[in-house]
Amino acid sequence: MAPKAEILVCGGTSCYSSGGPDIYKNLIEELKRKELEEKVKLTQTGCFGFCEKGPVVVIYCEKEPNGIFYCQVKPEDSERILKEHIINGEIIDDLLYEDPETGAKIPGHEDMGFYKYQQRIALKNCGLIQPYKIKEYIARDGYRALGEALSHMTSKEVIEIVKTSKIRGRGGGGFPTGLKWELTAKAKGSPKYVICNADEGDPGAFMDRSILEGDPHSVIEGLAIAAYAIGAEQGYVYVRAEYPLAVERLEQAIKDARELNLLGEDIFETGFKFDLEIRVGAGAFVCGEETALMQSVQGERGDPRFKPPYPANKGLWGQPTVINNVETLANIPGIILNGGEWFSHIGTEESTGTKVFALAGDIHNTGLIEVPMGTTLREVVFELGGGIPNKKEFKAAQTGGPSGGCIPKEHLDILMDYDSLIEVGSMMGSGGLIIMDEDTCMVDVARFYLDFTQDEACGKCTPGRVGTKRLLEMLNKIVEGEAEPNILEKLEALSNQVKKSSLCGLGQSAPNPILSTLQYFRDEYEAHVFEKRCPAGVCEALLDYVIDEEKCKACGLCAEKCPAATIEGDKEEGYTINSEACKSCGICEEECPFEAITKG
Amino acid sequence: MATTEEKINTEQTGNEIEGHEIEDEAIDDVKLTEEELKELEKIIEENKGQRGVLINVLHKAQKILGYLPREIQVRVARGLDIPFSKVYSVVSFYSLFSTNPRGKYTIEVCTGTACYVKGAEDILKKLKNELEIEPGETTDDKLFTLETTRCVGACGMAPVVIIGDDAHGRLTVEDVPKLLEQYQ
Repeated sequence: MAPKAEILVCGGTSCYSSGGPDIYKNLIEELKRKELEEKVKLTQTGCFGFCEKGPVVVIYCEKEPNGIFYCQVKPEDSERILKEHIINGEIIDDLLYEDPETGAKIPGHEDMGFYKYQQRIALKNCGLIQPYKIKEYIARDGYRALGEALSHMTSKEVIEIVKTSKIRGRGGGGFPTGLKWELTAKAKGSPKYVICNADEGDPGAFMDRSILEGDPHSVIEGLAIAAYAIGAEQGYVYVRAEYPLAVERLEQAIKDARELNLLGEDIFETGFKFDLEIRVGAGAFVCGEETALMQSVQGERGDPRFKPPYPANKGLWGQPTVINNVETLANIPGIILNGGEWFSHIGTEESTGTKVFALAGDIHNTGLIEVPMGTTLREVVFELGGGIPNKKEFKAAQTGGPSGGCIPKEHLDILMDYDSLIEVGSMMGSGGLIIMDEDTCMVDVARFYLDFTQDEACGKCTPGRVGTKRLLEMLNKIVEGEAEPNILEKLEALSNQVKKSSLCGLGQSAPNPILSTLQYFRDEYEAHVFEKRCPAGVCEALLDYVIDEEKCKACGLCAEKCPAATIEGDKEEGYTINSEACKSCGICEEECPFEAITKG
Repeated sequence: MATTEEKINTEQTGNEIEGHEIEDEAIDDVKLTEEELKELEKIIEENKGQRGVLINVLHKAQKILGYLPREIQVRVARGLDIPFSKVYSVVSFYSLFSTNPRGKYTIEVCTGTACYVKGAEDILKKLKNELEIEPGETTDDKLFTLETTRCVGACGMAPVVIIGDDAHGRLTVEDVPKLLEQYQ
């Protein structure tokens, strides 16, 4: 008897860590107890993307073919779900998604703003199939593209299709993938290698992780197709060690693919031979840079080197090598099956297809979204993201991680594609999209990123090693209120020098967060430097001491102890601090018996 | 400056020049038990002769004691037939390799952008106060090692702290003491 209903439980990182496995376990037990095992199919899937509302459980049955989407499910809800939904056929209202604007309950994910505008190609299987089961992937056209390519296409034809699709690298640079393949195919030397760059280091980006965890076979298939196109027999997936679940699922997927002879010798009986190995990183951001990554795959220090020669000519162990990002590879099977034309018609003229963004920060709906290139930032933030929580104002969107920049309010209507983002001084990067509200200090944000790049700089070239350090020192001075008046000019000049003279992409892009915040939020820098004031109220050293009227008992101790006599008032009216005269010594804060004096 | 040079000199004495041919006397900081030695030899044996396996071997070797003391590094160098200097250069390059003993649980505070925006700094401050250690240090009872980590990609549940193998998300400063109690 075919199952009457299917229950999908999200097994993505976020849901997995907030109770997902217990929900799954409870559902198994409850199904057994209620003797429903044959009627209900239970699946633990990859990431649904809607991490904010996790753990997520979706139920499909005859009555609701589009599925009912339950949010923030708790393990103890398992019994209710089976009893009320499966047996009684009633939708459980309080587990449904509530529209933050209208308060209306929305049962189907297709009606939610978060999903309504999405178009899923790279994520098409995430949240639908069981990542551990290769047969579920095959049932969704998995490995058909590889079969097509091997049986009916020459490697040149495969490259031609990818070129027609105009897909560009999803890892940051946006280099045309087809061209990369063609250059490597034509390069002299054998053996050749393919590498999947899964060293997703940009803080705030987690799409590669979700693809590896939710649909690992799509990456394996993409790599095998790339290998066929360029004439490689060996591939590597370089995954960061911070993603243990991704490594585990990928290992299993590779094993399963070998068992079905989708990896190994004579694949699809065409004589094509290809195998894969996983290399796990060890915590170095610079290894996301391709020349450093290859060093690390070789088991060495991840020191980048000067380009050219490019990996297409001299890559892993000095041999021609293609390095593609996870999301790029996950797009490849679809392109082979549907044709390059199909893909090139999605998105904009120069940025084709879709892009996965990781929405995070001060936004209602954090999670993963996949939208056609050229969707506006406004649509992403307010339609899909549901806007800014707590009735705060949108201040900036940060894209491209530590290599990117901040996009201010006046550019909310910018198209999210490679070239438009560069035009406003940011970049696509791998697709991290951090939304910041009015309470964010942009100088502090720049300092945060420089702290990151300075720490992660490998030390090989001087601009990367010393330049980033000096930039960070200047920013620290600014947020501490110790900056000299001409510091902004110096900051800008050094930023441009580091950008021009660094050896690899890490150093060349490290000043971008400074330059873009200087461009759009210069007044905030000036307030820090000249007025010693942090307009957003974040930089602690620049905050004034204030007395909380509610906590203050008007005892007068602070006024008595203040060495600069800047606290005025009396026991009747209460006290206030004259912030202009205040020396910020902090004695009043220490002396106050009611903790009524704080910086704020 | 002088102290740094001194340090490098003492650390490399004998090994740099001699390459991997190190006398047994050189290995004196930690004694591995027979069982641990066997485990290490097994890891080396499985990878010997293959290209580019050093990082993988070090990952596995670090699981034995939770860190990579000099003895393990020297034995890896000798076993894989590569200079000790190269092993040390890789160990010191990557932040996930440690040359100091670790606590039973490592507490990793995610310092990714999403966590930062949602108050990871305050969580870190609270942890420092509660445990009375700085990042990179281990508590006296050897229970916790405090670390900051790069983005763990769980931005949907920011701010995130990972203790051992468990991820804890959407934390507030008030949650911290209770969180630690679970492991004490």
